[in-house]
Parts: sequence; C-alpha cells; structure tokens
Amino acid sequence: MKDISEDIAWAKINTDVLKSLENPRKLYWVILLIAIAMVGVAAGCEVYQYNTGMGVSNKNNTHVWGLYIATFIFWIGMSHSGTLLSAILHLMHADWRKPIYRFAEAMTTFSLMTAGLFVAVHLGRVWQIYYALPYPNGRQVWPNFQSPLLWDAMAIFTYLSSSILFLYVGMIPDLAICRDHLHPGWRKTLYTALSLGWEGTDRQWRNFRVTYLTIACFLIPLAVSVHSIVASDFAMSQQPGWHITSFPPYFVAGALYSGCAAIITLFIILRYVFKFEEYMTLPILKKIVRLTFAIAMVWTYLNLIEYASVWYGHDQASKDVLIQKATGVYAPFWWMMNFCGSIVPLILFFKRFQTHIPVLFAVSLLLNMGMWLERWMIVAPTFSHGYYPWTWDHDQWPSLVQWGMVFGSFGWFTLLFMVFCKVFPSVSMYEVKEMVYHRSQATKKLEVTGNLAAAGKGAH
Amino acid sequence: MSKRHLLALFSNFDEAEAVVRELRSVRIKGFDADKDMIVKSPIEHPEVEEFLGDKPVYVQWFTLGGALTGGLLAFFLISGSQANFFSQVKGGKPIVPFPPNFVLTYEMFILGGVYISILGFLICAGLPASRSPLYSAKVSEDQVGILVQADEAASSTLKSIFIKHQALEIQEEAGK
Repeated sequence: MKDISEDIAWAKINTDVLKSLENPRKLYWVILLIAIAMVGVAAGCEVYQYNTGMGVSNKNNTHVWGLYIATFIFWIGMSHSGTLLSAILHLMHADWRKPIYRFAEAMTTFSLMTAGLFVAVHLGRVWQIYYALPYPNGRQVWPNFQSPLLWDAMAIFTYLSSSILFLYVGMIPDLAICRDHLHPGWRKTLYTALSLGWEGTDRQWRNFRVTYLTIACFLIPLAVSVHSIVASDFAMSQQPGWHITSFPPYFVAGALYSGCAAIITLFIILRYVFKFEEYMTLPILKKIVRLTFAIAMVWTYLNLIEYASVWYGHDQASKDVLIQKATGVYAPFWWMMNFCGSIVPLILFFKRFQTHIPVLFAVSLLLNMGMWLERWMIVAPTFSHGYYPWTWDHDQWPSLVQWGMVFGSFGWFTLLFMVFCKVFPSVSMYEVKEMVYHRSQATKKLEVTGNLAAAGKGAH
Repeated sequence: MSKRHLLALFSNFDEAEAVVRELRSVRIKGFDADKDMIVKSPIEHPEVEEFLGDKPVYVQWFTLGGALTGGLLAFFLISGSQANFFSQVKGGKPIVPFPPNFVLTYEMFILGGVYISILGFLICAGLPASRSPLYSAKVSEDQVGILVQADEAASSTLKSIFIKHQALEIQEEAGK
C-alpha cells in the first residue's frame, strides 16, 4: 500500500489544507474548550501557590523538585520527536515524513514552551529565574557557568529559539500559498507579513534548500545535547540513583520514545479533526509505529542497563533506592512505569495493531503515561531516600496544587498546539506536492523500464 | 530603451525546461537569459537548478561565520567572567576550566550558526521582498512560471517562444 496517492492534484492539496484552517470538525472546539478549562485549573493553582507560598505544594527540604521538575523533563523529552521527524529523517531522505513533520515541529516548540514554565513555577518566586540568565549581579559576580542548571537554561533557550526558526523557515512557502489563496482579512494580512514576499523563484528555492539542510544539521546535535544536559542535572550530582554514566543516552532514548508516542496520539487526533485522511495515511502511521517500537526496545535496554549497573555496583545507597522503588511507597508507580514502557509497546509488534486506530490511541497514551512516570521515578525516590537517613522522607505526597499544575500543563500544550493548527497549515503543502511529484515520476520511470524490460524479453 | 516584463505560465516542468533551454540557446537582442530570466515554481525542484545551470549559494559561509562568532563569543564571555575570580581563592582549581566551558561554547556555536544562517538566507534569497512586477497565484498552486525582462523589441520573439511551448497564460507589463 502506498504512503500517499500519487494522483492527488496539487491544487487539491492546497484546497484541502487551507480548508483545515477554516473548517475543522466540531471535535476541535470541544478539545479547545477542555484545554482552556485545564489551563484555568493550572492558572488557579499557580496564583494560589504564588499568593500563599510554596508550602501549599507540599514540597519540603527533602523533596525540593517534586512533580514540577519531573514534568519539566517530560515536556523537554516530548520535544525531541519533532527534531527526529523533521531533521533526522530529512537528512535520511525519508520522504514519508513530509505530511506529518510540520505538526511534529510545532509539537517540539510548544513542548519546550510548556517545559520552560515549570522551571519558573518550581522556584515559587518566579522572578528568581533571573539567576539562570548570563547576567552579572550588582557586585559583578556572574552566574556559575560550570553548573549544569545554567547549561540547561542556555541549551533550552538555544533549542527553543532554533526550533521556532526552523519551524518558521520551513513554513515560508506555505505561508505564501495561504497569502495567495485566502480571502482578504486578518489572516491574509498575517500571512502576507510572515511570507516575506516569497514567490518561489529559483533563487529563493536554492537558498531555502541549503538553509533548511544546514539548520537540520545543527538541530540534531542540539537536540541530543539538550537532553544530555538535562541528564547531567542528575548524573553530575552525587545523589544515589542519579550518578549513572548511562543517564544521557537513557534520557535521549526516553525523549525520542515519548515524542514518538505523542506523535501517534496527535496524528490520530489531527487526522480526524482536520479531515486529513488522504495525507496522514495508515501506511505512514505504520511507519511511525514501527519507529516507536524500535525506540521502545532501545529504551527498555537502557533501562535494564541502569538497573544492572546499580545492582551490580558497589554503591549500597543507590541499591537501596532501587529496592525502595520496587518495594516502597513508589512501587505501584515504578512497576506501572516498567509495564507501560516495556510491556505495552509489545502490542506494536503485531501487524494487525500497527494500523488499528483505537488500539494505537490507547497504547500511545499509555506509553506517554509510562514516560511521565519514568521521570517522576527518577526524581522522587532519590530525594526520599538519599545518603543521609535524617533526610529520608518516604511519605511525602505531592499536593493537589502540584497535580493541578501538571494537569494544566497538558491543557496549555494542547491549547497552543490546537490554535497553531487552526492558524497555520499543519500539513506542509509544498512538501506533499514534492512527495507526490517525485513518487509519480519514479512510478513513470519504473513503468518505462518495465516496458523496456518486457520489450527486451520479447525481442530475445 | 524601456524594459518590458513578461510572465508565462506552464503546466509542468518539462515545458518550462524546454523554454529555458531555448531562451538560453537563441540570441535575442535586449535579452540576457542569465540576468533577465527568473523561474518560479510551486515546489523545490532540483531539475530547475540543473537546467538553469550552476548558481552559487553563499548561505553556508554565513553559517560558518555565525557558528564561529557564537562559539568564540561564549567562550570569551565565560572566561572573562571567570577571570573576575583571579583575586579569589580557587582551591587550586583552574580559573578558566575548559571542559565545563566547552558545553556553553558548543551551545552558542549552534545558536550563532542557526541565527546567522537565517540572516544569510534572507540576504541571499532577497527576502523580505516586494512583489515582482508580475505575479500569479497559480505559481504557488500547480504551475511553473517564467518571468523575463527584455527590451520592448524583443517581447514579440519571447512571446512566440512561450506560445510554441504551450504556455497556459502570458502576462505582460511595461517595466521601467
């Protein structure tokens, strides 16, 4: 079965995608309303926490990060799939990515925006985020440039701004299409300004190709460095359960894993809501599912490596943390994480489920639940059972304020993402045209060679 | 002599390519195919570059400059701030430690590379641009456009070439 029909007319591609900007299914508005309500919950929690003090979050001297930093890592991880689909697969000439990479890139941008909020929220006094900026204080003392926390701030800023630019540059030809084919109004004014006068000249395309390729080449090591640096926040400390060499690749694999699972979820939603059945096809979904399965197995392997290196190591405190995870108060969540992360993806191994939308939707949500639990199980158990017994606090449970904020972050992400998909084309029109064109050319060539071969056979 | 702009639209790349080849091979007074011809297409099409001939792209030089500037700027900013500690006790540790400084240098190397690549792209692609004298929305849909600029005397020859190669539409506008 073909990834996409080669007979789709180019004008139809424009019409179908532009229609998505004006006329989505009703479910779009339902999702938007739910997202706004969820953001309302988070905003209420933040205002309450800000006015009352950090005590309402139930964080204490032992549990200084709580759900906030666990969720921060989750959202940073989620952002990696956009880079995987748009940059890595672009360099590998995997053209099946073309109908879906735009929304994956948008996912990257909005995940990073969501993650950034948690850094501010977990400080309590949100303005203190100023200490993470490379700016000297009144006594000309600069922040500690040797701290992974500062590296984090810089890496995320670099990744966020580069991702926004990558998303924008890749969208310029499509913005020109919107400018040319939409009726006058605020949208046309917006697209006219953002398309920068793009006309698809040979000079523009030539420079566009090189620029896009160059930024893609930069984004791949950048994405890897971002999550390696986040892993360094943990691995470079001396805490039991964190001081592990395999943490950076483990984090990167986890990031790609949760990102791919989120792509499956959003693929299914966008396909239905914006009527993209012709572009977000089942063969493409199958490819993402297989990619997710492969990454799930890599993650499982690295997860087992982590357990083994702790178990067979000589750090008793780290071993105690691992035992605590498996048998203590966090045990249900730890086992759930292992189940969702390593057992549930085995469903993706079976061919008949690789295109079964209800099953895939449920599986992708479970995978992401597993990935969120993974981050929580990295942060909380180590804090609760550190090197010093007088710091142990096994009974701490995040307050409703923390849970509310985590809950609301999903609404915030959904809100940004859905608004983006309604304002900007979430399927790249010019790249789908390229895909259709190159595939039809290849088929024609094949037919000619086939005919020639047949003719050759007859002649001999 | 006043220049005239002509835009011819074609339904596919083969016809456009044939026109470009013919325009490059014939000698028309008041028209230079290398300077006065622009091909507009709805997709990035490598064959367009092939039949137009090699034209240099300079974006990568911006990238190199931006990446090096970013990296060096970061390293010297960090080292400069750490040099503040000369008067303070560092416990025998280096005042400017290279391994941790490398991380931010690397991040700024990428940041500089990306930002300046975009700047280079805008400069090299001539963006933001005002509308060309002739433009058709069909070019962003499914047709290939060839925009030429020539002396008035040459416009009839150009038109006949376009018609010969089955141009779907020819737009004409007097230039400056």
